[in-house]
Amino acid sequence: MAEITPEEHYITDEPYYEAGGSEIEIFEAAWRNRLPLLLKGPTGCGKTRFMEYMAWRLQRPLITVSCHDDLTASDLVGRYLVKGGETVWVDGPLARAVRAGAICYLDEIVEARKDTMVVIHPLADDRRVLPMEKLGTLLQAGPEFCLAVSYNPGYQSVIKDLKQSTRQRFVALEFDYPGAELEARIVATEAGVDVAVAQTLVKFAHMTRNLKGNGLEEGASTRLLVHAGKLIASGVPAVTACASAIAQALTDDPEMLTAINELSASLF
Amino acid sequence: MLTPDDITARLDEYLETEFSFIRSDELALLLLVLAPAEQAFVLDWTRRIASTNTEIAHQFARRAPQALAVQEPRVIEAWALHAMDVYDRAGLRPALEVIHDVEQFVQRSHERSAGALFDEVSGVLLHFVHGLAGRPLKLALDDSAWTDSETLFLPALLARLPTVEENFRLYKTLVVMQWAQIHYGTLRAAVGTDFSVWPDPVRALHLFTTLETVRLEACISRELPGLGRELQQIRLRLGAATLPQSWQAVLPQLQSVTACAADSLTLLPKIYDTESPPLPGYQCELNLAAVTACMQARIKREKMLFRVRLAQWLEEQRQMPAVREGAAPRAAAQPVPDTQQPEGQHFELTLNDVPLSPPETLTRLITSIVLDLGEIPDEYLVPAGPGEYDPALFTEQTPDPDAMWQGTYHEIGATYYNEWDHGRQHYRKNWCVMREKDVAPVYDDFIATSLARYSGLVAHLRRSFEAMRDEERMLKRQAWGDGVDIDALVEALADARDGSEMSDRLFTRLHRVERDIAVAFMVDMSGSTRGWVNDAERESLLLLCEALEALGDRYAIYGFSGITRKRCELYRIKRFDEQYGSEVRARISGIRPQDYTRMGFAIRHLTHLLNETEARTRLLITLSDGKPDDYSDYRGVYGIEDTRRALIEARRSGIHPFCITIDEHGAEYLPHMYGPVNYAVVSEVRQLPFRVADIYRRLTT
Ligand SMILES: Nc1ncnc2c1ncn2[C@@H]1O[C@H](COP(=O)(O)OP(=O)(O)O)[C@@H](O)[C@H]1O
Ligand SMILES: [Mg+2]
Repeated sequence: MAEITPEEHYITDEPYYEAGGSEIEIFEAAWRNRLPLLLKGPTGCGKTRFMEYMAWRLQRPLITVSCHDDLTASDLVGRYLVKGGETVWVDGPLARAVRAGAICYLDEIVEARKDTMVVIHPLADDRRVLPMEKLGTLLQAGPEFCLAVSYNPGYQSVIKDLKQSTRQRFVALEFDYPGAELEARIVATEAGVDVAVAQTLVKFAHMTRNLKGNGLEEGASTRLLVHAGKLIASGVPAVTACASAIAQALTDDPEMLTAINELSASLF
Repeated sequence: MLTPDDITARLDEYLETEFSFIRSDELALLLLVLAPAEQAFVLDWTRRIASTNTEIAHQFARRAPQALAVQEPRVIEAWALHAMDVYDRAGLRPALEVIHDVEQFVQRSHERSAGALFDEVSGVLLHFVHGLAGRPLKLALDDSAWTDSETLFLPALLARLPTVEENFRLYKTLVVMQWAQIHYGTLRAAVGTDFSVWPDPVRALHLFTTLETVRLEACISRELPGLGRELQQIRLRLGAATLPQSWQAVLPQLQSVTACAADSLTLLPKIYDTESPPLPGYQCELNLAAVTACMQARIKREKMLFRVRLAQWLEEQRQMPAVREGAAPRAAAQPVPDTQQPEGQHFELTLNDVPLSPPETLTRLITSIVLDLGEIPDEYLVPAGPGEYDPALFTEQTPDPDAMWQGTYHEIGATYYNEWDHGRQHYRKNWCVMREKDVAPVYDDFIATSLARYSGLVAHLRRSFEAMRDEERMLKRQAWGDGVDIDALVEALADARDGSEMSDRLFTRLHRVERDIAVAFMVDMSGSTRGWVNDAERESLLLLCEALEALGDRYAIYGFSGITRKRCELYRIKRFDEQYGSEVRARISGIRPQDYTRMGFAIRHLTHLLNETEARTRLLITLSDGKPDDYSDYRGVYGIEDTRRALIEARRSGIHPFCITIDEHGAEYLPHMYGPVNYAVVSEVRQLPFRVADIYRRLTT
């Protein structure tokens, strides 16, 4: 397996972010009070973009780790490697974030292995320390460090639910798909299509969201709308763009695919 | 080349002529003029049909030679199969009608080949109409297309247009028009109007519907332009004529953005006495009595549901700090402008004037209530007091399958499965009526006694199954990892001393091998398991559960039994998503022998359940005491072949079937059904509890 290389950077240009509520103010207040944050919401509704925006706004570097089921505590904290006959310690992304006073964003936290909680819990309560077991030390987080995790409560798996003991350490921000007008503005801006096309795409998204629980696990996210919009902006016919960028991403079921394509054909 | 005697002899055999008045020698003469291949064809189908019914086979043999002269063999095949399907569904007389009239069958089959069938399109259409929003609607069959405001009724076959594709579009159009009647307020306006004040109320209602069709077309073209174009095309394909002058005059008002159902009512007097317009071919007439009944029942139900859910929601909100401080929570429904809605607004719930997003059940109710009433009336916003409604009315309940059987034969809540008819070499459609039931839990001392008796074995199984859990395999010589690989390190140090380059692959790392298995156990609950077989089965299941709990594989246990195809029963002992606990144990204890061993439906249903479960490996393990067997029709080859077919279907969908049996003769028929290695015979019933878990372990490692 390859070395984990989280994206780490200072964000110099203001990311485009449309606030849906008071999430910016709450995030700032939590950060000033050194409280960790939990971003709840379905995939593709703007959580990552929000983190980029906040990193820019607070002038902190952002380190993002996408969690997966092989991610261990060592992957986050760091490990010894041997280089040219010498053992060298290499910090994991979480340790680097603590040292740099960065914002560390652990995306889809429930996907990670259970043992990662051992290092996350002490960082998330008022001790704010990262235990570095291999080094036998505790790394104290400075006032600027910020831990944020995301979680999609839509998955109805018992195994993938967040434990109360974890959940209760975080200030929760609830994300959802933006309201119709706002979402159309986001799609128009991000994909470079005109507002009328964006509005139709949003209408289509609402149709697929009506199917949630009626044959679809999730409806189309804002991200998928942006994808379809980009295809349309490069000249792909709208119905084809919806079929490839949205319908195929949502389901493999042939009847459902036909139905979704009929729905997009109804709109354009 | 067959002689007349050969043919007669075969017909005698197939048609069992010795018990009938059939003159097989006369029939043989009819076949004699055919070419040898055609003779073989007719005889083969006569035999296959005879396995269903000899009289149909007889009539087939009588007509097939002539029919073959003018029809392709595949048409004849379809004709024969159709007759058998009709027989399955409706009995002998209608089936004979099919056989008697091959010409009509040919014409109908032309319709069928160009027509769209409800059965084939309803899956797509149901998703489609759910996507369109509003109240979740159902689809059902009827002779014409109409809606009662909850169910959209559609004909079984549409063949008005030349191709399947166009006929599908026509179906879609009918669905859209009915949806629009609900969505854009046609039904609400119609129910609130007294049409009996007109000299001819039927005509008045029909004209109102026609005006509405015009208005709805305009609404659809505005909101769903793609569909609007399709309506246009379908209208042309169906040969639309232009509207008379009197109607042309009212079009602008009906088609304006602000038009609503009230406009149609206002315009009704203007056109009532004028020439009737041609209809667009997809107009869905209104059945006011049915709509009124359906609506009234729903309004009553939803008012109750809304007030009950509102009370629950307010109770939850009371816990929230923002609400706790202020006065008692007071709910209101505020209209909010919304261009996406037909009425230009939607309703938002506020709590002490703060808008809040209520749970989905409430949002759905609001949508449905506003469709019926156009608003949320004030009296709805009074939360239901404790005891105001009988809780039985609002707790969702699945109807009791046992109750359904009392009285006449009903098929509510049942699932249908095809069954393979070996004689016919074809499926019988929707032949088995399957129901899931719960095994009634029995809290006796069976569990305690058995656990005590097998305490040694249980401990052993737990240990050995625990060891099979998601294995952590140690990977060596890794570039990074949590442990040091001593062997590699020693080598590397030696290399370094020699002056050669030192490897950096010096670590060990644990790699998890996930099992990711789902298994369904299908347990024979037929009458033949009475006595100690039943005891052994129950003990085996108990031990198995104890072992599987240590292992962590997803598992479900269902018992199967039934009498005849109309009573195929699967008894839930443990569902996939259910915890193993005292309830499941009590159900294991409560397993009692029931009726016969019809197996195909059980395999098919568990295949379906397994495929809905996420896992990399899916297993279906049958625990049985013998061959498939049911009252009369499932004996012998028929049952074995259907079971085999169901297993083939399971395997095709990626499931691994396996059978554990106590039938010593199992080796004679199990290889044919399960394949040469996919079964195990446990010849001693007493051994069953020891062997089942053991076999499972071997299967999955
Ligand atoms: N509020 C928003 N402001 C700007 N862009 C957004 C917003 N919400 C969603 N997007 C668009 O949707 C895309 C997917 O959002 P992302 O943040 O990656 O979702 P998530 O992290 O929740 O899965 C973004 O790349 C962006 O184009
Ligand atoms: Mg039996």
